[in-house]
Amino acid sequence: MSVEEKMDSGRRQLLLATSVAGGAAAAATAVPFVASLTPSERAKAAGAPVEADVSKLAPGEMMTVEWQGKPVWILRRTEEMLATLKPLDDQLADPMSEKSIQPEYAKNEARSIKPEFLVTIGICTHLGCSPSQKFKIGAESGLGDAWPGGFLCPCHGSTFDLAARVYAGKPAPTNLEIPPHKYLADTKILIGDDGTA
Amino acid sequence: MTTKSQALLNWVDERFPLTSTWKAHLSEYYAPKNFNFWYFFGSLVLMVLVIQIVTGIFLVMHYKPDASLNASGVPVAFAAVEYIMRDVPGGWLIRYMHSTGASAFFVVVYMHMFRGMLYGSYRKPRELIWLFGVGIFLALMAEAFMGYLLPWGQMSFWGAQVIVNLFSAIPVIGPDLALVIRGDFVVSDATLNRFFSFHVIAVPLVLIGLVLAHIVALHEVGSNNPDGVEIKKKKDANGIPLDGIPFHPYYTVKDIVGVVGFLFVFSAVLFFAPEGGGYFLEYNNFLPADPLVTPPHIAPVWYFTPFYSLLRAVTYPLFGLDAKFWGVIAMGAGVVIFAFLPWLDRSPVKSIRYKGPIFKTALVLFVIIFFILGYLGVQPPDNGGIKDRTTQICSVLYFAFFLLMPFYSKMDKCKAEPERVTS
Repeated sequence: MSVEEKMDSGRRQLLLATSVAGGAAAAATAVPFVASLTPSERAKAAGAPVEADVSKLAPGEMMTVEWQGKPVWILRRTEEMLATLKPLDDQLADPMSEKSIQPEYAKNEARSIKPEFLVTIGICTHLGCSPSQKFKIGAESGLGDAWPGGFLCPCHGSTFDLAARVYAGKPAPTNLEIPPHKYLADTKILIGDDGTA
Repeated sequence: MTTKSQALLNWVDERFPLTSTWKAHLSEYYAPKNFNFWYFFGSLVLMVLVIQIVTGIFLVMHYKPDASLNASGVPVAFAAVEYIMRDVPGGWLIRYMHSTGASAFFVVVYMHMFRGMLYGSYRKPRELIWLFGVGIFLALMAEAFMGYLLPWGQMSFWGAQVIVNLFSAIPVIGPDLALVIRGDFVVSDATLNRFFSFHVIAVPLVLIGLVLAHIVALHEVGSNNPDGVEIKKKKDANGIPLDGIPFHPYYTVKDIVGVVGFLFVFSAVLFFAPEGGGYFLEYNNFLPADPLVTPPHIAPVWYFTPFYSLLRAVTYPLFGLDAKFWGVIAMGAGVVIFAFLPWLDRSPVKSIRYKGPIFKTALVLFVIIFFILGYLGVQPPDNGGIKDRTTQICSVLYFAFFLLMPFYSKMDKCKAEPERVTS
């Protein structure tokens, strides 16, 4: 007598049904474990907007404030710095910031509300290092004679101009992100809240 | 043996396969008699694993995975490592054993893997041993990476930031996956705690399980040897391979020699150069993690640098996907491609001793390229200059070694294998 003939198909079906039910229960049990890996309520609640006072910032200087655990840069650009932006357009990956993340009001040539102040999250869009300042021009910067000033990511060599736009042919896919922000006064910027949300 | 102890052994053997296990894996496990220098590294890997587990157990008694700042404004985790180094009696030694052990682990694993490539140890019937081995290598990389976050220094923080962000390059699920790995929107206390949990519990369990499977599979098919011929083909009247000798005592004693030699070198590094010139413990990691400032030069620890170079080599977008995604794919593929070696190598012989000039040249080139990529991985990128171009060329050659192997290993002029092992 073969195994097939001996098989009780009623019992086999019961066995299958039990296995399916058990498997579903096991899968459901995984839900709280996976859920526990996502950011906690406390982590979600953190990240209140921060205020930055830029009155003491000299032209050509940059300050860093912490928002949601990330560095936010505020760069006060000089006229010369702003003049470097336009001629770079054809060397950049996304000169018009079509693919990049920024609020509507910062989707312009200088990527800012007021061209003088660039407010950007100082986290490279490649793998999250914080690029360093390379404001010196030309050979002195170590980035070639034609370097007009900008940022260099130390990790994988992405370069950005003074509007935080990424150069083409670099690992970073998009320009640095511009956080939501607004001016509370002429020299006071609120980062993390632009009144739209 | 006295009758009493024999009686005790019998009592155990009736309830647990003690004697039969001892025989199957040690006293009557027949290994080829012609093992050379390269065969030390398997046992050394096992010993370093034990060193890491024992030192790890003791470190956990004093370490605290806590990113919050203490009264002096230093992260608790960072301060805990300093406490171990300065105030815990013997703590400096245990910690240096663990940190040097991590580098030693990769040294012996790389040597062990190279041995497999030299003598074709991955070839039929040892494909599963090799696959378990690649699994061990992957688990070891995860273990080393997560352990590196724990001191909560600058390199810990920014290294984790970069590697976790690698996952966000995966289309569609990437950003959410990175969020689940970090447990927060940035690398934070949540990340530190889960990496600690994975580093001390989850990954070591997987590692030990894979090591067991690796050894069980090895003892099922038997060890390869420098000649790449199967000793099981020629057996004596008792069914024992003519070229086999019992693992114990022959190789247990031989391996002790290897252990002593290894410990000489290990102790020299441990006592005289525990930082390994900045390659075992990077100098920037003596600064507490600062989420606002990336160190001017960031590079992974030396054992990751060849793969890190593969990541950096890709700077062009393809098929509408970012260069970043392809960089991640190149790095992942650079590791996983080792798993395919058993099927890529079409040579009629296993060992390098009988392989032809093409394979020998390819292997030598591969080793050189691996070292060059490793060197370039610790260098700062030079913006499309000579170093970046060299990285790209070497990356192409790296993959060519594997992907062209089916062709060049087949057309190579091999020598005839001997019937039995030589020397």
